[in-house]
Amino acid sequence: MAVTKDEAAKSAAAEGAAAGSAAGSLAASVGLTDADLVEMYRYVALARALDERMWILNRAGRIPFVISGQGHEGAQVGIAWAFQRGHDWIAPFYRSIATCLTFGMSPRDILTAQYATANDPSSGGRQMPGHYGSHEHNLVSVSSPVATQLLHAVGIALAAKVRKTGQVAMTSMGEGSSNQGDVHEGLNFAAIHKLPFIFVVENNGYAISVPMARQVSIANVADRAAAYGIPGFVVDGNDVLACYAAARDAVARARAGEGPTLIEAKVTRLTGHSSDDQQTKYRSEEELAAERERDPVPAFRTQLKEAGVLTDETEARLVAEITAAVDEATDYAEAQPDPDPSTALRHVYAEDVD
Amino acid sequence: MAARTFIEAIRETLADEMRRDESIIVLGEDVGKKGGVFLATDGLWAEFGDDRVIDTPLTESMIVGASIGAAVNGLRPIAEIQFADFIFPAFNQIVSEAARMRYRSNNGYGVPMVIRAPYGGGVHGALYHSQSVEAFFTHVPGLKVVIPSTPYDARGLLRSSIRDEDPVLFFEHKKMYRSVRGEVPDTDYTVPLGKAAVTHPGSQVTVIAYGLMAHYALEAADRVADDGISVEVVDLRTLRPLDTETVLESVRKTGKCLIVYEDNRFGGYGAEVAAIVAEEAFDYLDGPVTRITGPDVPGVPYNHVLEDWFMVSPEKIEAGIRTLAAY
Repeated sequence: MAVTKDEAAKSAAAEGAAAGSAAGSLAASVGLTDADLVEMYRYVALARALDERMWILNRAGRIPFVISGQGHEGAQVGIAWAFQRGHDWIAPFYRSIATCLTFGMSPRDILTAQYATANDPSSGGRQMPGHYGSHEHNLVSVSSPVATQLLHAVGIALAAKVRKTGQVAMTSMGEGSSNQGDVHEGLNFAAIHKLPFIFVVENNGYAISVPMARQVSIANVADRAAAYGIPGFVVDGNDVLACYAAARDAVARARAGEGPTLIEAKVTRLTGHSSDDQQTKYRSEEELAAERERDPVPAFRTQLKEAGVLTDETEARLVAEITAAVDEATDYAEAQPDPDPSTALRHVYAEDVD
Repeated sequence: MAARTFIEAIRETLADEMRRDESIIVLGEDVGKKGGVFLATDGLWAEFGDDRVIDTPLTESMIVGASIGAAVNGLRPIAEIQFADFIFPAFNQIVSEAARMRYRSNNGYGVPMVIRAPYGGGVHGALYHSQSVEAFFTHVPGLKVVIPSTPYDARGLLRSSIRDEDPVLFFEHKKMYRSVRGEVPDTDYTVPLGKAAVTHPGSQVTVIAYGLMAHYALEAADRVADDGISVEVVDLRTLRPLDTETVLESVRKTGKCLIVYEDNRFGGYGAEVAAIVAEEAFDYLDGPVTRITGPDVPGVPYNHVLEDWFMVSPEKIEAGIRTLAAY
């Protein structure tokens, strides 16, 4: 059955204390340093700033489409922080901007994807924005049919086990996508073979316009883990450190050969499904106002400030850095050429190497 | 050089390749201890163990989807779909994912994997153990589709498919598994993908076929030879990429083209071959491009009389050749 956030946080705190970290500090409660926390905050804030820039560019007519991660950033950074960059694998989904940034993609990588430039590292301008991917950073190329990527992560985990690489594979998707048959097939197989695999459901309560209650017959997707004989945890997706702690424990179990874990992060979707969706048609103003109160960015900022981890000075520096990085990436992406149609026939199959 | 049945050639090639390259794994339903329902993987589990020969749950989408992931992370999976008829739950993974991974990532990712599946009728398999599914997949850029007809080609083409950097669908006609024998050298030869073979040279009518139909075409060619009709049989061997050059060369020589496939007629693979011949060799044609195919019903019916009615036979091909030769 699902374990609550409080239980997960308690176990994390106990471990932090046992490890002999600076007792009582926020960072030590999850076995991290203050510098880690500031860096995590930087990724959360950077992802939000890039995302907001994408919407401005869309409304200004510069880019035709945006699919957003606003409201998911805290969970994404917290969870991705538990994995080893360049070693472990993530099969992300279309809201995974913060995940991809944390795993090594740059603001330029994200914004060239919005402009579909020739040098967009995700697809060279072939895919819609939001379909990120990078072999360099072990981020599997995103497609549009939902949940297919779960099986890719399971296969990556299978290869890690067969090849004894010590890698862990994670995939993430929304609660709507979690209903796909591929999820059942993959969780069953991963559980049978105790694969080093972690399934993250970023539950924002809506599958485009259809609310959770019409998508999932139970309160928590994580409860489905029991049917596969694997642990399932619910975490508050706005609690970055609780997300980190849950993922860290899941990664430890996976590396120890103890098999998969399902983590359901309850997040919020602060924007419409995409730039082509108007969510006021199916969500009330009251509901949307309440959702804005669950924004992970100010929540994490306040938490770090109250703990004395994030000073005004540091925050001012981060804001300046992030603003400069987003501006620079925007200018860069704007200036990049479109793909040349003469290249559009390439890479259907492997090309002979001279 | 030794005589092998078609399935022996497949089985030995799988074992040879797995000995050569430890990144190769085999996964599918009943492929382990049982060795597959047709015994194509018999003995592999005993030799290579649980990690490399994996009995999967009954989950075709997972078999293919996990193979894609395993290929992304350094393995060369050979997935077995127990019958081609059951490949459709994996259609999304094959068409939306495996076929497009390289293109959509601008060459960032490739998916070197083989999907083996027994196909075809004539074995009392009825609607769901007899289908020819190749046309669904030959339509898709990014996939390669191979259908061998001899043990020699099965071995050489399977080797090439396993060593290829892209996803290959490797369809094996189940009626040929034990009924077709042939010489198979013990050397490490390969047969390149995308090369057809002229298996019976002739001058008056070109018959284009693959799989079991390539055998029936040869029988038909022998039947009409006594009456002085010279038939050239082209065994395509690889359906995608198609060896257009060999097809056109033959048709330009004979001026007449008969295409044979066991699948339903409408929109079958041979329709594309017919279109290419019409576009590229029109000036050489001495008669209509024609087809001998299965009928347009949703599957091969079970009763033996009905099954015989469905199946393309050497006699039906013979009749098609005589009609076209007389045109």
